[in-house]
Amino acid sequence: MSLIDRDHWREIYETLRGNKLRTFLTAFGVFWGIFMLMVMIGSGNGLATGVLTNFSDGATNSFFVWAQSTGKPWRGLPRGRAIQLDTGDTEAIRREIPEAAVVCPRNQLGGFQGGNNVTRGTKSGAFSVMGDLPEIARLQSIRVVEGRFLNPLDVDERRKVAVIGERVRQVLFGRGEQALGEHIRINGVYFRVIGVFKPRRSQGMEEDADQTIFVPFTTFQSAFNYGPRVGWFAITSRDGIPASVVENKVLALLRERHRVAPDDLRAFGHFNMEEEYNQLQGLFAGIRTLIWIVGIGTLAAGAIGVSNIMLVIIRERTNEIGIRRAVGATPFTVMSQIVFEALVLTTAAGYLGLFAGIAAIELAAAALSGTEMIGFKDPQVPLASAFFTLLVLVASGILAGLVPAVRAVRINTVEALRAA
Amino acid sequence: MVSLEKIDKSYVTGSHRLHVLKAVDLEIESGEMAAVMGASGSGKSTLMNILGLLDNYDGGSYRLDGQLMRDLSETRAAVLRRQLIGFVFQSFNLIPFKTAAENVALPLYYQGLGRRRRQAAALEYLERVGLRDWATHRPSEMSGGQQQRVAIARALVARPKLLLADEPTGALDSETSHEIMELLQQVNREGVTVLVVTHERDVAAMTRRVIRLKDGRVEDAHARLPDA
Ligand SMILES: Nc1ncnc2c1ncn2[C@@H]1O[C@H](COP(=O)(O)OP(=O)(O)OP(=O)(O)O)[C@@H](O)[C@H]1O
Ligand SMILES: [Mg+2]
Repeated sequence: MSLIDRDHWREIYETLRGNKLRTFLTAFGVFWGIFMLMVMIGSGNGLATGVLTNFSDGATNSFFVWAQSTGKPWRGLPRGRAIQLDTGDTEAIRREIPEAAVVCPRNQLGGFQGGNNVTRGTKSGAFSVMGDLPEIARLQSIRVVEGRFLNPLDVDERRKVAVIGERVRQVLFGRGEQALGEHIRINGVYFRVIGVFKPRRSQGMEEDADQTIFVPFTTFQSAFNYGPRVGWFAITSRDGIPASVVENKVLALLRERHRVAPDDLRAFGHFNMEEEYNQLQGLFAGIRTLIWIVGIGTLAAGAIGVSNIMLVIIRERTNEIGIRRAVGATPFTVMSQIVFEALVLTTAAGYLGLFAGIAAIELAAAALSGTEMIGFKDPQVPLASAFFTLLVLVASGILAGLVPAVRAVRINTVEALRAA
Repeated sequence: MVSLEKIDKSYVTGSHRLHVLKAVDLEIESGEMAAVMGASGSGKSTLMNILGLLDNYDGGSYRLDGQLMRDLSETRAAVLRRQLIGFVFQSFNLIPFKTAAENVALPLYYQGLGRRRRQAAALEYLERVGLRDWATHRPSEMSGGQQQRVAIARALVARPKLLLADEPTGALDSETSHEIMELLQQVNREGVTVLVVTHERDVAAMTRRVIRLKDGRVEDAHARLPDA
């Protein structure tokens, strides 16, 4: 009566095959439980990944700082004084705050609601024109589909070049018309198109991402007469350093440089991706926990269901068990057969459910990968979850078998035989 | 083969106590073929169950093939059963989802015999009961007489020394009953001790000894059959 005894397995197989409907019903219960659990975990993860990715494409350690006007008088300066950021601030931050990994000064011209500011021949449109450093690409979820993005030489040499969004291309260029190398006019200044980009995926937050034009920061300053002025900073912290820590340092430095009271919260505006991200993370951790609780509940219900079915089966099988014992089966043999039957059934059905669940999730993932569905991305079941589920499955299989097996052995053989 | 001394057996149901076997003494020699007769409720089945190690007794002693059978664990009883005893029941007791051959082979499975040898032995014994061609049929596809013959093949396949048949012909017509009894006679001629419980005079007449039970006692260990 060992695990590797082929006859043992054959006897189990024959018993399961000999009772197809019973086998099917039991197996289906387990199959469905596991299937649902996998689908739930998968779509829960998909939802979490989707929303978190939409929220920001990887740059969750970034924050933005901009200037407003003072909320308090300080050192003889009045309240309500407007503050202007400039390139001196850029250098100061880079110099004094080594925890800041990328410091991007930014300026913006026009925008969604503005008038037409970009033209090409007879075509024109209103777009956001950004003066940026090449590093901004790391904070933006864009994908260059033609040509290239800005590079340091563009900035150093103040080249009049532009990287335009897909939508910009559609407005300014005809169908099939080559955009690369062509010139467009931004506020009367000619720029050569060196690249076209698309948003990496639909961005809830950056709807107009592909209606944007990137030009070198330095070119922007001189072409549009911005001098040293900086609109706002986009900054990321170094790996392992929370964005909020760097953010506070930057704010302190700026307050000092612009002679603002250290406790003046009005003077600089800031927005921290990390905080929002963490909040969402917490929310999804909650959702995941909930899914696991519900899932384990489902599994337990499945195992109890199987155990119940097995109990009914034992009642149904009383005569068979009596016969087996009359012809010489020991209680242990009877028990081990029933336990193994349940084990084989729950494991096989569970494995199928696991497989089908993951397949369904993968199918959904494949179907979604092409589309730009908001808030749902990469639904998948982590290997550890699947493994853990399998473990619970095997354990529940043994348990589901053990309860009825003990009952089967308790029945008096004479009584059992009489139950024909 | 079988030696019973002052066997007592009671069933307790709730506060009620039913004394079913009262100081039963009985000797059955090896190679005998005997019928056990008696009114309904006289304790025939109870006696057979004790002889077959399916049930315990309260007092006295039971020797089977020279060994004392007392306070056996379920496991020990199962092992002795599969070595020494074969059963035939009134209701055949075949496993419905198994074929005739699979049913016959079952005792050998619990003896740990390999599949091929089980298969061969099952076919051999089905041949002996004249059902070689029915090996792959299920019980539901067979007549009562055929099912009982499969059951007899199953009882014999492990070469028991004692065959216990509790009303083996109780569910069969008289012609079929006769065939079954002829089969048991043949088994007995090959050296197996056969004990048959029956209500039927004709069946008892085909054995060589009649044991008459009355109200839990052996009324007559070598009874004469009443004239037909
Ligand atoms: N498990 C049990 N619990 C309680 N009483 C029982 C049990 N088994 C048998 N009895 C009682 O013991 C008595 C003898 O039963 P047994 O089955 O031995 O009779 P029998 O001679 O085989 O009768 P029949 O010819 O009807 O088969 C009966 O009164 C029966 O009700
Ligand atoms: Mg009886």
